[in-house]
Amino acid sequence: MSTVKRTQLLPGVFLTSVNTKKFKSSLLSMTLLAPLKEETAAVNALVPYLLRRGSEAHPDLQSLSAVLDQLYGGSIDPVVRKKGEIQCVGFLGSFLDDAYTLDGGGVLAQAAELMGELLLRPYTRDGAFCPDYTRQEKGNLIDRIRAEVNEKRQYAVNRVLEEMCQEEAYGVGRLGREGDVEAITPQSAWARYRELLAHSRLELYYCGSAETDEVCVILQRALSGLPREGGYEVPATVVVPAAREVRRVEEAMDVAQGKLTMGFRTGGVTAAGPDYPALVLCNALFGGTTTSKLFLNVREKLSLCYYASSSLLRYKGVMVVSSGVEFSNVGRAQDEIEAQLEACRRGEFEPWEVEGGRRYTVSSLQTTTDSQGRQEDWWLSQAVAGLTQSPRELAEALEKVTVEEAVAAAKGLSLDTVYFLKGMEG
Amino acid sequence: MEEKKYTRLGERMFHQVLSNGLHIYVSPKPGFQKSYAFFATNYGGMDMRFRMEGEWLDTPAGVAHFLEHKTFDTEDGNALQDLAANGASPNAFTSTALTGYYFESTEKFEENLRILLSFVSVPYYTQESVDKEQGIIGQEIRMGDDEPDTQVFYGMLEGLYAHNPIQVNIAGTVESIAQITADTLNLCHKAFYDPGNMVLCVAGDVDPEEIVRIAREILPEEGHAPVERDYGPAEEERAARQDWSKEMAVSTPIFQLGFKDVPPDRGEEWLRWELLGDLACEALLGTSSPLYARLYNEGLVNEAFSYGCEAYPGAAFLCAGGESRDPDAVRKAVLAEGERIGREGVDEGLFQRLKRAAYGSLVRGLNSFETICVSQSVGHFHGYSYLSFPEVFETITKADVEACIRRVVTGEKSALAVIRPKGGTV
Repeated sequence: MSTVKRTQLLPGVFLTSVNTKKFKSSLLSMTLLAPLKEETAAVNALVPYLLRRGSEAHPDLQSLSAVLDQLYGGSIDPVVRKKGEIQCVGFLGSFLDDAYTLDGGGVLAQAAELMGELLLRPYTRDGAFCPDYTRQEKGNLIDRIRAEVNEKRQYAVNRVLEEMCQEEAYGVGRLGREGDVEAITPQSAWARYRELLAHSRLELYYCGSAETDEVCVILQRALSGLPREGGYEVPATVVVPAAREVRRVEEAMDVAQGKLTMGFRTGGVTAAGPDYPALVLCNALFGGTTTSKLFLNVREKLSLCYYASSSLLRYKGVMVVSSGVEFSNVGRAQDEIEAQLEACRRGEFEPWEVEGGRRYTVSSLQTTTDSQGRQEDWWLSQAVAGLTQSPRELAEALEKVTVEEAVAAAKGLSLDTVYFLKGMEG
Repeated sequence: MEEKKYTRLGERMFHQVLSNGLHIYVSPKPGFQKSYAFFATNYGGMDMRFRMEGEWLDTPAGVAHFLEHKTFDTEDGNALQDLAANGASPNAFTSTALTGYYFESTEKFEENLRILLSFVSVPYYTQESVDKEQGIIGQEIRMGDDEPDTQVFYGMLEGLYAHNPIQVNIAGTVESIAQITADTLNLCHKAFYDPGNMVLCVAGDVDPEEIVRIAREILPEEGHAPVERDYGPAEEERAARQDWSKEMAVSTPIFQLGFKDVPPDRGEEWLRWELLGDLACEALLGTSSPLYARLYNEGLVNEAFSYGCEAYPGAAFLCAGGESRDPDAVRKAVLAEGERIGREGVDEGLFQRLKRAAYGSLVRGLNSFETICVSQSVGHFHGYSYLSFPEVFETITKADVEACIRRVVTGEKSALAVIRPKGGTV
């Protein structure tokens, strides 16, 4: 069995550490937390990519690749995540566990050292980021923002959230806006980076065979020199409990298939509240699984689509329904989705539906601990929201949810925004 | 049961052949919550022409994939729902040369395994349900039509191959699947879903003997030898056409560059070809290579760049792709670098580092039950044992990598597929 420990290493620096021998690899992440704001989103998103280009000791990609190859092909990837209304920027690293090296280990200590070096001692020119790297990474970030349109399924989900939350911080894209990227200079990025280092909460995560005490020592050494100047509070995400009126947004693009996404408010229920397990079960019954009403009716019974599913944004109090349909069938699909939600609100569930939804969700929570990546994401999210519940504890709470409670959660859902990506003709 | 120990990897694998010809592999994984079962047939999108009872038969594109969808139907309902009701996460996929059905579960593993073996081996196809599925799969095909990565990959295959059926879309087209009837499905099930053409692979905290007992209980006692297939005459060594392009609603050109090689022999040679192909890619254009650093610095590739190699009956290739403002310049640079390596060889230090890195990544991959089971199944169909990779890997020399690059990375063996933004922009 693995144990999860949370330790404060420095002011505003926390380590969540999972000690387990069941994986071949160890996972290490360092994440700075910043409020999601229009004016800083782009530059915050740029920082980890700039840092990943080179450090004082390893000033370019080739020297960094060489040292990572030496660490058995370890990876250190820049990561930008959005958790509620907090932008999480930093590094996610995966390394061969010391038990499986050919020459007796030492990978973790060197990997942590390297990650700390990237975070704290970047390659600089004239006291700021290198102009070449800044120009190239700005170009890459703009490409990344533009490329979001390439994957239509995810794009339609992003768009409904953007439209729905346009007056909230949540409406700001994870990577910021193209125009803001263009305005970044090596000096402005540097100033923002120093600000993040000095004033942001830093979340560290480790999962692997090393004991927590040893990990603490290694990370404290790797982070020596981290400036800490106060102000590490993480603001709470604003939750809008209910929709006012339904907004409809349509966009046309040269596509073969239409994409329908619908954003719902959850009645103020988030992962922080006592009603959350009921909402999780409600989502599973409505559209979260292959026994759900959306799968069985919109797909299997009416053959309207290949996928129709719902998912929760658990810190924001939002549920999104996503489906790919023939342009001409969008009305039928939306009617059927809303009809199935009505059925949930009326409590029309067969016992096997409830049992299936519950078992599937419980199982999925339990297997979180079988994946280093899923565990890391879980604990980072919880840390951002100031929560300590483990996947197992949420699974236990789910076992106790009644059908009436799930129905109440369904009644609390209100449709806020409907987005439809349609073709160019007709 | 036969037990093999792979001490360097910290792995064990149990193996048993049943009288019906089914091979069973079990990888014990103490300490994990979940167990994973993968039941696969050596039958995929490319297996369209085959001989049964002395007669050559042609089937429409997309049958293997259609069969995968409809195999979940049982006389009593739908196995997807039965498994999900037990809390299992079931799914299936059809690839070029394999169809696999699997589930992951934390409870009732043995009951779930019985369901899996039973629904896959007992055909139940009705014309009514086949008609209905046309709509669902039609939407899946339309979704693929909008996915640039899917389109560009098939484009590269069309460039490389004159007639080998790997270039045919696994899902087929709306027109080709319209020809599929319940009879087609019954015929192909009889031909390919026979224990003699299948493999069962399980990973988890399970009892290997019990798995064998369940397989004996559920599956027929007798099996037949795999049917003969026809993939057309041997391909020429050169690419059929070196350029392919199409316009879509994307933000930037998306490309896939392929290099055609001679398919490897069955057995360990196949595994060796795959390991060697990956190393050749790393040395030529991998993230640690001098070429990659140059392309990245010039803004010709970005983090979306990826590469690898694949082998199928009658077809094998190396490939690399991603986003680029100038895919032709990428091809030119790759060919020039191939020539340089052919002349000057790979740097010894780089080669040693790449080998160490590739080894570490392969071992880290064993965290995933899916990787273990799918790789073992694919290996079984090609006549090798996946976990023997460390030994085979050791035999690969720098000269092997150089010879591979010299042989394969030439203009006439290359095909470049490009998806260009429609009308220049989105």
